[in-house]
Amino acid sequence: MDDLYREVILDHYKNPRHHGKLDPNDFTYEDENPLCGDKLRIDVRLDETGQRVAEVAFSGRGCAISQASASLLTESIEGKTLDEVKALTKDDILDLLGIELGPVRLKCALLSLKVLKAGAYGLAGQSYHDHDDD
Amino acid sequence: MSSTTVHPTQAAQWRADFPILEREVRPGVPLIYLDSTATSQKPSAVIEAMDHYYKFSNANVHRGIHALAEEATALYEAGRERVRQFINARTLREIIFTRNTTESINLVAYSWGRANLKSGDLVVYTEMEHHSNLVPWQMLAAERGIEVKAVPVTDDGELDRAVLTQLLARGPKLLCVTHMSNVLGTINPITEIAAEAHAAGALVMVDGAQSVPHLPVDVQTLGADFLAFSGHKMCGPTGIGVLWGREALLDAMPPFLGGGDMIRRVHLYDFKYNELPYKFEAGTPSIAEAIGLGAAIEYLTGIGMETIQAHEQQIIAYALERLEEVPGVKVYGPAAWRRGGVAAFSFGDVHPHDVAQLLDRYGIAVRAGHHCAMPLHDRYDLPATTRASFYLYNNNEEVDRLVEGLYKVKKMFS
Repeated sequence: MDDLYREVILDHYKNPRHHGKLDPNDFTYEDENPLCGDKLRIDVRLDETGQRVAEVAFSGRGCAISQASASLLTESIEGKTLDEVKALTKDDILDLLGIELGPVRLKCALLSLKVLKAGAYGLAGQSYHDHDDD
Repeated sequence: MSSTTVHPTQAAQWRADFPILEREVRPGVPLIYLDSTATSQKPSAVIEAMDHYYKFSNANVHRGIHALAEEATALYEAGRERVRQFINARTLREIIFTRNTTESINLVAYSWGRANLKSGDLVVYTEMEHHSNLVPWQMLAAERGIEVKAVPVTDDGELDRAVLTQLLARGPKLLCVTHMSNVLGTINPITEIAAEAHAAGALVMVDGAQSVPHLPVDVQTLGADFLAFSGHKMCGPTGIGVLWGREALLDAMPPFLGGGDMIRRVHLYDFKYNELPYKFEAGTPSIAEAIGLGAAIEYLTGIGMETIQAHEQQIIAYALERLEEVPGVKVYGPAAWRRGGVAAFSFGDVHPHDVAQLLDRYGIAVRAGHHCAMPLHDRYDLPATTRASFYLYNNNEEVDRLVEGLYKVKKMFS
């Protein structure tokens, strides 16, 4: 019954990886979950090819699920190409978290993915809508 | 302040009237429902009244000649009469059925607002309003160029009366104010505020969504010009709300929605509208819901609103005392005797979503978020709070379970 707050989630919540801001960066994006007012910002630096994530950081405030998912997500994308980042889906986040979530908490878990992809698409001058993943 | 006292065995009997409170949320985990500010639970009497209507009397209301149509009309209008008596309105013409508080306020904004407000006119509302008493006026501001100004909330969770007085001196057309805050629990002294507003020439729109279910409200002494409330927060069903307004004001207002029932005569290219209250009730109304609301009022009246308020007063006083014992808990809003049965709090660094999620494990239903009062949360620099709210069916043991749950949350996040 403690699945939602399994050790890995509490660990990433209490000791977030990649927490902070990157300045300068190659792209940054911020958004909020209108349901709870939580804000999340993700900053990304690319490597010399301009196609691969070299460094990433997140900042903002939110619940354990949203913060742990941001920490796990940022940890998972270092070294990934922008195309790989854009191809990430809801299921990738749920795999990282290793839990099942109801519709309300799913929004908490997916905020970091939404912010990251909006930033990645924005870099290419494209717009991104999170319902594209639905 | 009521001096009524309620014996725990009496309250236990009320609790038995609500079948949902017997269920377990999950096997072995009984329900502790502390979310009545969002919506109340329903007593058997309400469920049965609606069930009986659908099983025996279902028909469309008004104009029907057959037996079922007459029965349905009589039951629907009996619901209106119960509402009239409950808030002591002078006449049935002042009781407009809507969908909910939000629709009632929108009706006033749309109909009265568009007929009476022009560019440059001032509408004053408060920082503790629910979004439903902010957004309709903001929409009108965008559309009509009216000015909107907010009365701030003090650190104690009360309206800043000095600023209210300053804003009233500017001659607003309307003051929009909640009777009871759905976050802070603050009970605003409407009679006093309304007298001041009227002296300044303003009408007063009161959001009674939280007050009408929990304390005695008499529109003839309240001082408001419009009062809006919802059935589902007062033991009734969803889909039915009420707008009460002074007859002369309602009479002078143009209709809101157009369609069947709100007309007296329709020609191919124009129409004459119906008398009050039907002028504002276009289309088939929520018939079963009006009947359910009538049954809810009969139920509440049978217990007595003073008694219900006294019971909730006792619980909120106990809840504030117990919550303040928990390290890290900060409850927002005034002292217990100045508020209704609502306690919104922060809990150190633990996010309200996590608090609510963990409490749910123990069957405790609380709400986490901004409770449709984002500006109020901005004022306290909070993204969200956890809110426990109480009604006649709650008791002190449930407060104890809540506090135990919070200690468990604390342990998990320490």
